[in-house]
Amino acid sequence: MKILQYLVNGISIGSVYAIIALGYTMVYGIAKMLNFAHGDIIMVGAYISFSVTNYLGLPAILSVIISMAVCTALGVVIEGLAYRPLRGTPSLAVLITAIGVSYFLQNAAQLIWSSSPKNFTSIVNLAPLTLFGGQLVITGEVLTTVLVSILVMVGLMLFTGKTRTGKAMRAVSEDRDAAQLMGIPVNRTISITFAIGSALAAVAGVLLCSTVPTLQPTTGAMPGIRAFTAAVFGGIGSIPGAMLGGILLGLIETFSKAYISPQFSDAIVFSVLIIILLVKPAGLLGKQIQEKV
Amino acid sequence: MNEYSKKMIQVPSYNLLREQDADKQPVLDVRNLGIDFGGLTAVDSFQMTIGPTEISGLIGPNGAGKTTIFNLLTGVYQPTRGSILLNGIDTKGMTTAKVNRLGIARTFQNIRLFTDMSALDNVKVGMHNAIRCSFASSVLRLPGYFKAEKAANEKAMELLEFMGLADVADTKAGSLPYGVQRRLEIARALATNPSIILLDEPAAGMNPSETAELMHQIRRIRDTFQIAIFLIEHDMNLVMGVCEGIVVVNYGRIIAKGTPEQIKNDPAVIEAYLGRKECGDAEN
Repeated sequence: MKILQYLVNGISIGSVYAIIALGYTMVYGIAKMLNFAHGDIIMVGAYISFSVTNYLGLPAILSVIISMAVCTALGVVIEGLAYRPLRGTPSLAVLITAIGVSYFLQNAAQLIWSSSPKNFTSIVNLAPLTLFGGQLVITGEVLTTVLVSILVMVGLMLFTGKTRTGKAMRAVSEDRDAAQLMGIPVNRTISITFAIGSALAAVAGVLLCSTVPTLQPTTGAMPGIRAFTAAVFGGIGSIPGAMLGGILLGLIETFSKAYISPQFSDAIVFSVLIIILLVKPAGLLGKQIQEKV
Repeated sequence: MNEYSKKMIQVPSYNLLREQDADKQPVLDVRNLGIDFGGLTAVDSFQMTIGPTEISGLIGPNGAGKTTIFNLLTGVYQPTRGSILLNGIDTKGMTTAKVNRLGIARTFQNIRLFTDMSALDNVKVGMHNAIRCSFASSVLRLPGYFKAEKAANEKAMELLEFMGLADVADTKAGSLPYGVQRRLEIARALATNPSIILLDEPAAGMNPSETAELMHQIRRIRDTFQIAIFLIEHDMNLVMGVCEGIVVVNYGRIIAKGTPEQIKNDPAVIEAYLGRKECGDAEN
């Protein structure tokens, strides 16, 4: 039964990674940049939700909505102030700026909320599901996380596949210049992408801290890197790829913690990534780009 | 510069307008346009007007600056000198998207479709600014969304049918044959609802019968949509057969303007294409 419990926990943490990875993968696919500050948006999202419930005493669900709104605005502002002026410059410049933004957010959080860890109260109050006479416990957090991540993925697939803005996103992702020449407002499309990615990061932050309740300014950093790994793992730019990568990463992490070594789990996760990339350089669901000779 | 270009500057009012366009504002009015890349002058003193329903051609030897002119007209490059008036509005400093919304659409020398999307979706991307529908209603599937989506689909299908592409509507653009992709690019450009469409070598890679069909289609586009067409082409049969006015450029400058008849017999054009008589022997 233990193995089932690990499986459930792995899928749960993997779903959080998947939601974060969706943000990475969308921004990469459309703006062609790695937004290394994405992990820190998660942290900001969690702090906002924490503040709204603890300091303002508002209900949990409202705190999630406020947190999403704040993070959406934050994402759009960061893109407009830090990344947009660098559009057209070599990608290294944008990458380094993103690392700068990441440190900025961590330090700003430290100034506002101090560096001492906060105890995040779970926003989920569903009763846990007990199966097999108590041998397998599925907590409300796990159920919520998995459900939300599935909803988010299906929603994003429908959005990018069916709506006018989604089509504009795919067009910008494939050929930015041609899209712009067809009248697509590229800057606005990229802003919308950042808005969606950041709103998802807020959700991920709340879900992550509901499962792992310690909240501090560096909370987003490691999950951010793991989710980035998940996005590469699944094939960066691909929405189902991010989902698959996230869940696989969560499973590998949980099982290696349980059966091999808790200290060694990150090393194992990244080793698996290296092996996968050696065999499939474009990731599991990524498209192989053939260089023309 | 040679004598001929001097002579043309003396008659800048040379008018390519068709009779029916005579009293209308030109769709495109290009004045003294020029661009330098570093120290190199790629285009200089480019001047022309295009009437609202005119089919005109831009020809010239390889490297003469034809595609650079298209890039200037669509806002890909900002001109160093001169101005472009599109339907009377100066496009200086505008993004390519803005210029497109003002009424100019184009195709590309090396096809640039959204290869991962279906033919229908490619056309619908072109219609981006024509479909207005709020975020909420498209996500929540409100009746307004269905209405807008249905209208968009119908219009996109009409355009595909018009270009003879109805049966490949659901095929991925990247897997279509070359000639079909060229037609799809034209359909996508038409979807942006332009008042002038720029075709960059539309017949490249086509066989003679496909080219003949294309000529027919170009005329049909003008007649159906009542828009202007400006095309770059190396296939002289197509240029002479379909264009009402032709501009010839070499080394970034206009060396001749006129009707196909005039261009065919123009000594400067013959020289640009075939070289001077005295060095002609050495080249061959």
